[in-house]
Amino acid sequence: MIFGIELEVLWFVLVAVLFAGYFLLEGFDFGIGMLLPILGKDERRRSAIITTIGPVWDGNEVWLIVAGGAMFAAFPEWYATMFSGLYLGLFGIILALIFRAVALEWRSKVNTDRWRRWCDAGIIAGSVATPLIWGIAISSMLAGLPLDSEQRLSSGAGTLVHFVHPYSLLGGVAFTLVFLLHGLAFLRLKTTGTLREEAARLTPIVGGLAAVAGAAFVLWTQIAHGKDWTWAVAALALVGVLGGIAALAGHRDGIAFTATSIATLAVTALIFGSMYPNLMPSSVDPAFSLTIHNGASSEYTLTILTWTAAVITPLVILYQGWTYWVFSKRISADPVALGAPASTEGSPEKA
Amino acid sequence: MDLVDISRWQFGITTVYHFIFVPLTIGLAPIVAFMQTMWVVTDNPRWYRATRFFGTVFLVNFAMGVVTGIVQEFQFGMNWSEFSRTVGDVFGGPLALEGLAAFFLESTFLGLWIFGWTRLPRWLHLTCIWIVAVAVNLSAYFIIVANSFMQHPVGAEWNPETGRAELVDFGALLTNNTALAAFPHAVAGSFLTAGTFVLGVACWSMVREARRAAQAGEGSHDARTSAHRPALLVGIVTVVIASFGLFFTGDTQAKLMFQQQPMKMASAESLCHTETDPMFSVLTVGTHNNCDSVMHLIEVPFVLPFLAEGKFSGVTLEGVQDLQAKSQEMYGPGNYAPNLFVTYWSFRAMIGLMAFSFLLAVVAWWFTRKGRIPTGRRGTWLSTLALVSLPMPFLANSAGWIFTEMGRQPWVVHPNPESRGDPRTEQIRLLVDMGVSDHATWTVWTTLIGFTLVYGALFVVWFWLIRKTVLAGPPTSDGPADDGGGYGSPADADSGASDSAEAPVSFTSSGTSAADDRKDEGR
Repeated sequence: MIFGIELEVLWFVLVAVLFAGYFLLEGFDFGIGMLLPILGKDERRRSAIITTIGPVWDGNEVWLIVAGGAMFAAFPEWYATMFSGLYLGLFGIILALIFRAVALEWRSKVNTDRWRRWCDAGIIAGSVATPLIWGIAISSMLAGLPLDSEQRLSSGAGTLVHFVHPYSLLGGVAFTLVFLLHGLAFLRLKTTGTLREEAARLTPIVGGLAAVAGAAFVLWTQIAHGKDWTWAVAALALVGVLGGIAALAGHRDGIAFTATSIATLAVTALIFGSMYPNLMPSSVDPAFSLTIHNGASSEYTLTILTWTAAVITPLVILYQGWTYWVFSKRISADPVALGAPASTEGSPEKA
Repeated sequence: MDLVDISRWQFGITTVYHFIFVPLTIGLAPIVAFMQTMWVVTDNPRWYRATRFFGTVFLVNFAMGVVTGIVQEFQFGMNWSEFSRTVGDVFGGPLALEGLAAFFLESTFLGLWIFGWTRLPRWLHLTCIWIVAVAVNLSAYFIIVANSFMQHPVGAEWNPETGRAELVDFGALLTNNTALAAFPHAVAGSFLTAGTFVLGVACWSMVREARRAAQAGEGSHDARTSAHRPALLVGIVTVVIASFGLFFTGDTQAKLMFQQQPMKMASAESLCHTETDPMFSVLTVGTHNNCDSVMHLIEVPFVLPFLAEGKFSGVTLEGVQDLQAKSQEMYGPGNYAPNLFVTYWSFRAMIGLMAFSFLLAVVAWWFTRKGRIPTGRRGTWLSTLALVSLPMPFLANSAGWIFTEMGRQPWVVHPNPESRGDPRTEQIRLLVDMGVSDHATWTVWTTLIGFTLVYGALFVVWFWLIRKTVLAGPPTSDGPADDGGGYGSPADADSGASDSAEAPVSFTSSGTSAADDRKDEGR
């Protein structure tokens, strides 16, 4: 207990916050990656699209690494059961992240079209596959997996049926499409000129797809697994998606990105809120479920972790926020005269 | 192969592979930061070119370290879930801290460094790379703290109710003497790797450039050659300091190992029977894993007693067979000896391969003293030695880790000898076959083959990119132009080709001045 808060509860919230940070930040990176083949008609455009996330994507991805580390430290049983039980899914996520990361880092290192096409393929594949698998994995966890009496989960082929069902597939599609919308809002916010105008033309189709899949997933989740209070975040998620689309249509980029950010955070809150106090509900017997109580680390470990996180996390948010401030200028794919005066630091306002 | 074997092969392959890139990252970050500091302080463009040149190598390499590191963090849960359950309360903490305290820093500030050449004031941009340099070393510290708990568990007690080790003293975990000895050793090894890399590349490039200049009938000091000379000095100094550092830290570690893991050191010697003042063998033939077939051919006195206790005689060292009997008595029937062939030779490879770097440093210093650059036969010798030396510290690092990790087998958490008889801590130990996840073998085969193929392909690309960067040479410009950073702009790709390579590639960022006017539109 710290300030009267049970530490298991606090750390459940913190892991949820780390995943929320991951989906919020890396979510638009994935969206940008998915937009690459749609809007990247020539190298100028492709380069500009990637540059919108260039300085920040690596820092964004660390939210996942820290989320994994926090699960390991605060809920070793959760980390052990989930990572071994979702073995092949995580293998897929790892491969997708590997291809995407090296493609992003190495793209500029060789100046040929063929090389950049390979790198673009890596970025696109990684940006689609990662949210798809995360969506399937997380919604199948929420739906319940066959945990045995010792809270262990077999990874064999026989359990595949527990991961692939309409709800989990909807989850995968919804994650992917909502991130696509989130990325579109980010691209609108970060670009100017032709690219920004062309992005606007995608609003109806991307918005329509994201709204249908997102709303279906949010409502299914709320009705099948939600609690009374999660109606609030479910509603917020819907408002975020619809508001984002409306703002995009009205060329209000800052509001649009804020709205899709809220939608991302609200969906994460809905999922983790519905899960609580379970970490992984068992479909065999509710008594076999992994909960924040039978899955947590000792009180001492949680106390140490709490104080370290309390000191370091605000600093992380500060300096990551500062990074966005430094690179807050809009990017253009339009040709300009060479020898234009070096750009001066513009007003670093952010949505 | 059974499940444990496949899982161990996967862990071995992915971990050794990860540690190809890590030492270069850990050592090169401070070196690049130092070069940039020299540029900022002296305003000498040679330092700028050296910074950009080795900075590009650093970035190519950093990507590989990051992506293979994710595999490391995930596979404790994926393949070693029973280990994770048993020690996660202790072991998870340093891993979480690595992410929170170090990895956020290095990733965020590296992004700022890559894209910030013209966006940030010089001193602030310099601070970014220093933060990266400190953070990568901090990362190494937390990982070694976690690893040292597996070598020498401290700061935890056994909870019979939960059936796991639980943290009771975080300070003791962070100041585990095993970690305090291993961390400087790993850092020194990383500096040796990066120093050898910088030195080898600089040597080889200087000879090449001097020859080209001679053929073209110019003096030997064109811009690029001169960019390599400061790098050469940095490389020599780094290698020399790192070599001495490795010697002393390795010595400290060896003495701890004799106390904490006598079996590991006995296997490093293929010392079958307990002896007083045994000889250190340089060459041995035999299958090793059958004690009686081992023949020690070349032997040196005094080394082993010194390694173990810092004296030259009067030291009794326990042999593998005696330790095996003792372990069986304490922990029940089983084989408690590691693979002797691997431990014996990896220990010697680690030490022997280091010599290349030191030799290169001495030869390079002599051949290039007072502004000389050898071009004739001496030049060929120097280039060849430089190329041959480049991979050696990488191999030495791998050998060192293979020794320390395989030498701990069959334990995944080695029992702490000081906890013998203490009911609170005695149970903190775990055999490797008790730590593995209960997967069907085909699933682990799938990932083992998948990782190996992907890693193999990426290695080829990584090598090709580094080679390409080195061949292109340092940029010829004197300072940063608004190249808008990395993606798509060929700014740091064709760095050596011409000045235009560093010139603004407008579409990435220069267009923003026109954009500023329209900035508020749509808000």
